[in-house]
Amino acid sequence: MKGLITNLNKAFENRIRLGIMSVLMVNPEVDFKTMKEMLDVSDGNLASHTSALEKNEYILITKKFVGKKPNTTYTVTKLGRKAFQDHLSALEILLGKSS
Amino acid sequence: MNENQKHIEDLQQIRSIMERSTQFISLSGLSGISAGIFGLIGAALAYLKLAGEFSISSSNNRLYSGDVVDVMDINFFNVVRMNLAFGPTLDLVIIATGTLGLALIFATIFTARKAKKDGNNLWSPTAKKLLVNTAIPLVVGGLFCIALLKHGLFGLVAPCTLIFYGLALINGSKYTLPEIRYVGVLNIILGLLNTIYIGQGLFFWALGFGVIHIIYGVVMYFKYERK
Repeated sequence: MKGLITNLNKAFENRIRLGIMSVLMVNPEVDFKTMKEMLDVSDGNLASHTSALEKNEYILITKKFVGKKPNTTYTVTKLGRKAFQDHLSALEILLGKSS
Repeated sequence: MNENQKHIEDLQQIRSIMERSTQFISLSGLSGISAGIFGLIGAALAYLKLAGEFSISSSNNRLYSGDVVDVMDINFFNVVRMNLAFGPTLDLVIIATGTLGLALIFATIFTARKAKKDGNNLWSPTAKKLLVNTAIPLVVGGLFCIALLKHGLFGLVAPCTLIFYGLALINGSKYTLPEIRYVGVLNIILGLLNTIYIGQGLFFWALGFGVIHIIYGVVMYFKYERK
């Protein structure tokens, strides 16, 4: 059982981070505004969680300017995709074993 | 067990977010019903129009067995052309365009209402994806049908609209509730059948754009909205 629990990734413990990863797993590129609306979170909250995921190299944050407006977009990295899939299988196995 | 409960909720949330962020779920069943009703009205109008025209044209335009026809000139498309060339093309195009316009307007109204009720955005990135992906086969099909009309291949217009509409729905189905895929498949089947029974376009139209839409709308309404 110990092995199973260690497969759960600490980086995804937070609900908002799970949400960010879920969105990015199925959408190639998502901008700040869309992400914010999708998860229903505040600007600061989203910014802090995305930068935490970026630090883990799970997502890529790209800042561009569209005219004069800054436009931030997020994409998932290969590492992030793998980490999230591992996390999901760990969850599934954990739930399957105990129920 | 408390820990487990959290994990279950996590998984449910992940699934829900993945679905919501890729699918435009506010498409209302009522949109389908209204589109179907307009489709049937349009078909009825077209039928009346054709019936009227045929009764006039039969007295002076119809070919009789004794008529001299250049045998060399008869091929499949020319037969179709002869049978339908005196059809009131422009009026039919107006009826079809009007039907499409009304269906689209009411579909948008019902869908906007549902989006508002669900607390979703009508003009979301997923809505955009749905629209673009449905529009591509639809515009191509529309242009192709105009080409058919231009070359006098009237009998092929109805099957063509059904086939391209079906393809459009299948292409768009990835971005909305999956049931629309079946509507697409059925329309393609009807369109292909119509190429065998050419000249029966109106019947297939009424079935594809009318009856199937209404059935789809009713099913969707009771499955997702009437709760």
